[in-house]
Order: sequence, then structure tokens, then C-alpha cells
Amino acid sequence: MLFKDTLAQAFGAISAQRLRAALIILAMAIGVASVIVLTTLGESARSYIVNEFEALGTHLVIVLPGRNETTGGHPPLFGETPRDLTLDDAEALFRSHHIAAVAPLTIGSAPVSTQGLERETNIFGSTYALRRVRHLMMAQGSFLPKMDVNKALSVCVIGQTIREQLFADQPALGQWLRINDRRFLVIGVLASEGQSIGVDFDEMVIIPVASAQALFDTHSLFRILIEAKSKQSMYQAVDEITGIIKARHEGEDDITIITQDSVVSTFDKILTALTLTVVSIAGISLVVAGVLVMNVMLVSVTQRTAEVGLLKALGATQRQLHWLFLTEAAMLSLAGALLGIALGLVCITILTTLYPDFPVQLPVWALLAALAVSLFTGLLFGVLPARKAAKLNPVVALGKR
Amino acid sequence: MIQLKNIHRYFQVGEQTVHALNDITLTINKGEYVSVMGPSGSGKSTLLNVIALLDKPSSGSYLLNNLNVIQRSDDELAKVRRENLGFVFQFFHLIPRLSAAENVEMPMILAGVAVKERKQRVADALASVNLQDRSSHRPDQLSGGQLQRVAIARAMIMRPEILLADEPTGNLDSKSGIEIIELLENLNQQGVTLVIITHDQTLGDRAPRQIRIVDGQIAY
Repeated sequence: MLFKDTLAQAFGAISAQRLRAALIILAMAIGVASVIVLTTLGESARSYIVNEFEALGTHLVIVLPGRNETTGGHPPLFGETPRDLTLDDAEALFRSHHIAAVAPLTIGSAPVSTQGLERETNIFGSTYALRRVRHLMMAQGSFLPKMDVNKALSVCVIGQTIREQLFADQPALGQWLRINDRRFLVIGVLASEGQSIGVDFDEMVIIPVASAQALFDTHSLFRILIEAKSKQSMYQAVDEITGIIKARHEGEDDITIITQDSVVSTFDKILTALTLTVVSIAGISLVVAGVLVMNVMLVSVTQRTAEVGLLKALGATQRQLHWLFLTEAAMLSLAGALLGIALGLVCITILTTLYPDFPVQLPVWALLAALAVSLFTGLLFGVLPARKAAKLNPVVALGKR
Repeated sequence: MIQLKNIHRYFQVGEQTVHALNDITLTINKGEYVSVMGPSGSGKSTLLNVIALLDKPSSGSYLLNNLNVIQRSDDELAKVRRENLGFVFQFFHLIPRLSAAENVEMPMILAGVAVKERKQRVADALASVNLQDRSSHRPDQLSGGQLQRVAIARAMIMRPEILLADEPTGNLDSKSGIEIIELLENLNQQGVTLVIITHDQTLGDRAPRQIRIVDGQIAY
């Protein structure tokens, strides 16, 4: 039997049962489409987050006060709070040769107001180095000036949202902004970043770190952001930071250091696992579709018992009958897979239109995998009915009409 | 050509064993025209199925064209059937979704004959049963006599030496029945071995050689 004829006969058999074929194709298509859409969403979320982190700088090191580790023994008693990080600690880090920039950070929340408009927002206390470390862009004016970190200058840099809300119809530069009971001169406006991981710089007011410490009446730092000179020197920088802080903290290793790539890889792992989980759940629908294919094919074999008997009488071998029914199952699955891909692409296009900011990308491997899996399920679940057809006793089969 | 020797066929029906063929020994020569008659349940259909290689005898030997066809796999038998045997059934057994031409073409598709040759042979076969203008009609658009003529064209498309007909006129009116019988006899005159199973005495009497089966045995 020629391959072309096998295809033609299988296709003929499918087209004789249009409604049934359409329903089974739809079931398969829904399975494939859900796998594709969910994979795409998972993959996009993963690459979105990884990209965001990498945009922060690939050799960023974050120093946090306190030690995060799990040890045996008794839980620590109150009063054992770690030493604070101070501005002096931050300054001391400049001694390392592997560090390009150090941005100490103090964070607090305070009401900001101008000309009767007031809102509560996050205040970042930092230095001019923050701009470099976080890759901030300016829309207007300038960032915090380069100056002694201990100097409390009354200037501030504001985010786009703050500018829109507090200085809607007027230039913000040169205006006074009241934070708590202190006045700060607006010297710059940040360019809008869109969504950014963790902090929304559009809603931010940045002031010199010493001013922030005075404002919030604290001497400790929330954390220190450090940019290493290169990716290679990052680990040496980590060692040196540990050494310097340890020396300053009476030999206590009481800080936690997070490197950028460890954060990225952690998120990468978590999101990959999440994607796989979600896709496996969607995969169940593919299996269900496979069972449906099997059901339809079994009905098809039963209904066409006389035909199978006839084909046997006309000289069809078991192998030929086997392939005939398998081809039918494969065709149904393939049609379902193709329709599913089309459906998935439509869903993705709709998503892209609704959320243009979210970088939706369909990984090619997901497309191929969905195609392969649906074809595989179709064939797998097609084997049983095909075998049943091939094994039919021709005398009994011909007796059925 | 067809040599059956001491053929037995038992069926297990519930607790009972039915002895459908009881020691059948039969030789049919090339070009013969044989009718097999007998009351229903006599075993004549079982005999046809054994001759057609659709059913395997419980014991006995069967040589088809001097080829031992007893200890063969299903697929080998399928090939022997395809090349040596043509079938005509009481209920026509045409595939409803296929046109007359496609039904006639089917044995050649299974045999892997090239498309071009197939078209030519189908056209010739349909012409020989006077149905050239019905080739694209589906079975539900044809009359009983026309259906059986399509079936005969299909049975002969692989040019088998043996044509087995199981009650070929059983579902036809007498006029179409006569037409079909004449068509089959015409093929026999061209050298095809013809075996017709029937319970119709006048039909059976037309054959030069008549075999009566009663209770699974040949009655002389």
C-alpha cells in the first residue's frame, strides 16, 4: 500500500465523520493552546524578571545588616539584634580595589507636600553613586551632587509620578518640596522607568543620605549597594567586604551579602519550576484529549467493523490496517495541534495587545514540544484501536452490517 | 487448484461444540463452475470461508494452487487472498463513503499498484460491468443490481483465478439476479473458476457441478 494512499484513505475516513472529527480536533486544540499560552506566560515572566535584574547591573553586590543563616541550637534571644550598618562602614568599603561604586541606602516613608498638595511616599536617602549603581536616567535637572556623605544638603530628586501629582502644570525644578517638616529644593526629575523590580522609582523622592538619616532620626543604613569593577572581581569584592566589615564590627561576621547573579539564578530557578508546574497541569488536558482520540477511534473501529472485515477479505494485511487507523489518529492529533497553535498565537496576540509593557515571547521549543506531545498522545492512544481493528476476525467482521 | 482433504471445523458455542464441517474432501479444478447448496446451518458458508482463507479449519489439509495454506500467518494469507481470490457477497459490502470507482480501486490500493495503472484498470472494469457512467456515484445512489456489479468489478480487478460468490443474488430482485448470474457465468467462460453458494435450487441447477452440504458433510 502506497504511503500517499494510506493518507488519502485515512483522510477520507475522517471527512466522513465531520462533526466527530471537529470535536476531537477542538479538544486537542484546547490542550495544545493552553500548553502554549501557559508556557509563554511562564517563560515571559521568567525572562522579564531575569532581564530586570540584569538591567540593574550584572555585578551588583548588596550588603544587608544582620546574618541570615540557619543554625542549630536555641533561637536567638531578644537583644541579640545585629550591629547596624553605618555610613562609616560604607565609606570604609572604598578601601577595596574591586569596588567601583558604593551607594549607602536609607529608606523611610514620609508625607511630602507642596502648595497644599500632599501625599505619603517613600524617601530614599543615598548618594550620587546610586545613579550609577541603579542605572537611573534623568529627565530634567541633575542627580544628587557629588559631595561628602555626611553632609545633609536640602536637595531632592523626584520620580515622574511625584512630579505629575505635585507639580502638575508647572516646572518642578527649583521648587521647594516639604518632606515632614523640612524643605528640599527639587534639583532633578528621574526619567520614567516603567515597572521596575522591587522599587518604583517613579514614586520616589531621593535625598542625600545624611539628610535622610536626620529626617528619620537614625544612624543605621537600610543596605549598601555596591558595584564591583567587573564580574570577575565580584567574588573578591565580596571577600573584601566581609573582611572590612568584620574588622569594623569587632570580628563579628554580622552582615549578609547578596550578589546579583545569585538573585537572578534563584529567580530563574523558581520561575522555571513554576512554569514547568503550570505547563504540566496544562499537559493533563493533552492527555485527556488523547483519551478522547482513543475513544473516537474505538467508536470508529466498531462502526467500521464490516469495512475492516471487507478490507481483510480484499487482502489487507494487519500492518496495513494498523497504519490506516494510526494515520487517522495522527491526522486528528496533528490537525488539533495546528489549530491549537493557531489558537494559542491568537491568545498571545490578545495578551500582547492588552499588556503591551509585558514582554510576551513564545519560546520555539514550547511550540515544537506541544506539537510533538500532541502527536505522540494521538499515536499512543491510537495504538489500541488500531490493534483492535487489525486483529478483527474477518468472518465475524463481515457478518456485521 | 483447490484441494481440500479431511477438513473439520468445530465451533465452540457456549458449552456446546458445533461440528460445522465434518470431514470434507473436495477438489475443484481450474475453470470449473461449481454451486454449493444446502439448507441454512448446513455449513456451506463455513466451507466458503475456509476456501476463502478467511477461516482456518480445525484439522485437515488445504492446497491452493499446490500451495499449502494451512500453516500460514494472517498476513501471508492476506496476500494469497489478494492475488488469487475474488469475493462477491450477498450484502455487496461496498464502503459507503467511497464512490463506485474508489470501491473497485480498493484491492489495488492495498496491493500498492501505481495510481496511473489503477485509473485505467478501474475504468476498464467498470466498463466490463456496464457501469462506466456510474463511476463517481456512491453506493447509496445505486440500485441493488448496480451495487452487485460494482462488487463483481472489484472482485475481478486483481484478475484472480477464483471467484467466490456467497448468495450473490440473495438480495436482488429476480431480473437483476439473472443479470448478475449471467455476468458471473460469463466470467467463468473466460476461464475463471466460479464457486457459488446458494440455497436457490434453480440457481444451483445452472452449474455443471453441484455440491450439496448437509450437516457439515457433502451429500452425494
